[in-house]
Amino acid sequence: MSTERTNSPVMLSVSDLTVAYGAITAVQNLNLEVRQGEIVTLIGSNGAGKSTTLRTISGLLKPKSGQITFEGETISGKPGHEIVKAGLCQSPEGRRIFPRMSVDENLELGAFLQKDQELIKATRERVLDLFPRLRERIDQKAGTMSGGEQQMLAVGRAMMGQPKLLILDEPSMGLAPVLVDVIFETIEKIRESGTTILLVEQNALAALRIADYAYVLESGHLKLEGYAKELADDPAIAAAYLGGH
Amino acid sequence: MTSTTASAPRASVNVGKLLTRISIVLIAAVVIYWLGRNFLDSPTQFLSVGITGLSNGALYALIALGYTLVYGIIELINFAHGDLFMLGAVFSYFFLTSFLGAEGATPRNYAMLGLTLVLAMVFCATLNVVIERLAYRRLRDAPKLAPLITAVGVSFVLQFIGLKWNGSAPRNFTTVLPQTSFTVAGVVVPWNALAIISLTIPLLLVLVTLVNKTKQGRAMRATAQDKDAARLMGIDVNKTISLVFALGGAMAGAAGLMFAQSVGTVAYNIGFQLGLIAFTSAVLGGVGNLYGAVLGGFLIGVIQGFNDGLPFGPGQKWSQTVVFTILILLMVYKPAGLLGKATTEKV
Repeated sequence: MSTERTNSPVMLSVSDLTVAYGAITAVQNLNLEVRQGEIVTLIGSNGAGKSTTLRTISGLLKPKSGQITFEGETISGKPGHEIVKAGLCQSPEGRRIFPRMSVDENLELGAFLQKDQELIKATRERVLDLFPRLRERIDQKAGTMSGGEQQMLAVGRAMMGQPKLLILDEPSMGLAPVLVDVIFETIEKIRESGTTILLVEQNALAALRIADYAYVLESGHLKLEGYAKELADDPAIAAAYLGGH
Repeated sequence: MTSTTASAPRASVNVGKLLTRISIVLIAAVVIYWLGRNFLDSPTQFLSVGITGLSNGALYALIALGYTLVYGIIELINFAHGDLFMLGAVFSYFFLTSFLGAEGATPRNYAMLGLTLVLAMVFCATLNVVIERLAYRRLRDAPKLAPLITAVGVSFVLQFIGLKWNGSAPRNFTTVLPQTSFTVAGVVVPWNALAIISLTIPLLLVLVTLVNKTKQGRAMRATAQDKDAARLMGIDVNKTISLVFALGGAMAGAAGLMFAQSVGTVAYNIGFQLGLIAFTSAVLGGVGNLYGAVLGGFLIGVIQGFNDGLPFGPGQKWSQTVVFTILILLMVYKPAGLLGKATTEKV
């Protein structure tokens, strides 16, 4: 695993990123990298700035300073829809599915910028194979599904955009333990099919188990970074960040 | 002792519900009796005023759609919308009657009427998009009161433009749509009412199809439900909101032309009253709901028609009072409107 980091080209690069909500700085001078084919995880406690970082990468927030590049192109400051066009899709924190639309319509919206009807159909099948529950509920209003089903829909919807880089924000939040395992297995399957993944998780131990590389955030600062395996095995880190899991 | 205190609140809830039921039944009984009495007394007059009511209702529905579309997507009550309709009416007078000189029902004038309809729609759509871009977009994340007051301000700006353009006195002119009527089995049908109804229905169908069946329409509904999630789908939220303002504006432009052509007069202050009634229609039907706006518009039109024209009606003086009394009653019993959802939940 560790050799991959040095060999693969850099896909996403965040340098000196600072994001503020008014006077409150949420993320300060953050540097991170995601390389092609990797699963990279961003861990830290509540309010560490993980979701803020992801929202900024996807163009929902404007950075105060710093630069974000995706496949060599600067994307910081671009509107969200152009970033999706570049191949970066996100399943956001809190799922944010469209509650008054059917599962099918939600998936179709995931493919909003896709033109190739055959590819859309194939991807839809792939998503429904990964999450058979969605197939059962295809015509149901998304807002009436359980939290776990909505989470699957959020991940599936993000996959519909043919992402080169898939960003997942807390995909296991509020799920029953059985479903958490399903979600993590699915993330590995998605990576095997060639999609790079940036994962934010509170369930840090589970995230480190499937990730190649990890960044630890604390109060908006990068506390440390390293190969996921090494971080997971480090007793000091386990005590400080992974305790309780 | 304990049993009575425990059952007392439940009993009072039941009594409250019962009273509500009884009052609804009583109101319905009075309305049905009144309508039945009028119908039996003079069925032809009943149907005639009903048709006039439907044609007014069609105009209300077209304007109400502009309120409800905009409210649905950015939760703004666009108080300037009635005045946009007024500018549509003034535009159609100046273009069709003054510039093209189309007065009276000739084939050439009908063609010009069609052209003006398209141009009035384009004119109001463009104006509405510009208003959103200049006045509302920057306030999208501001507290709700700020865009609301801005909309009131825009309303005054548009009225002033209308005042400068049209002058302070109402302008009367000869319409292209004939001001005559024909009779079917004793029922008097005004030609212009028929024209308005038959122009409005295709417009409504096109709009509803656009919103429900097309990709852009899906983008609109997604944007209405969750703007950030829509961005993450690759939807250009600003463009989508502009499109919604364009659609609402186009409907107001069409209504402006049809209004001018049905009454043969335009004035700078028609937007306030018609806008208010159209807004009431949108609320009555459930603001944010397209079908609700159409239903509310036709309903208020017909109610006004019956009130103003039926032999046992309170008469035109009471028109507004009746409309708003009905609105208040409906809001008491069904605050979300006829087709509105109880809450707009966000997961």
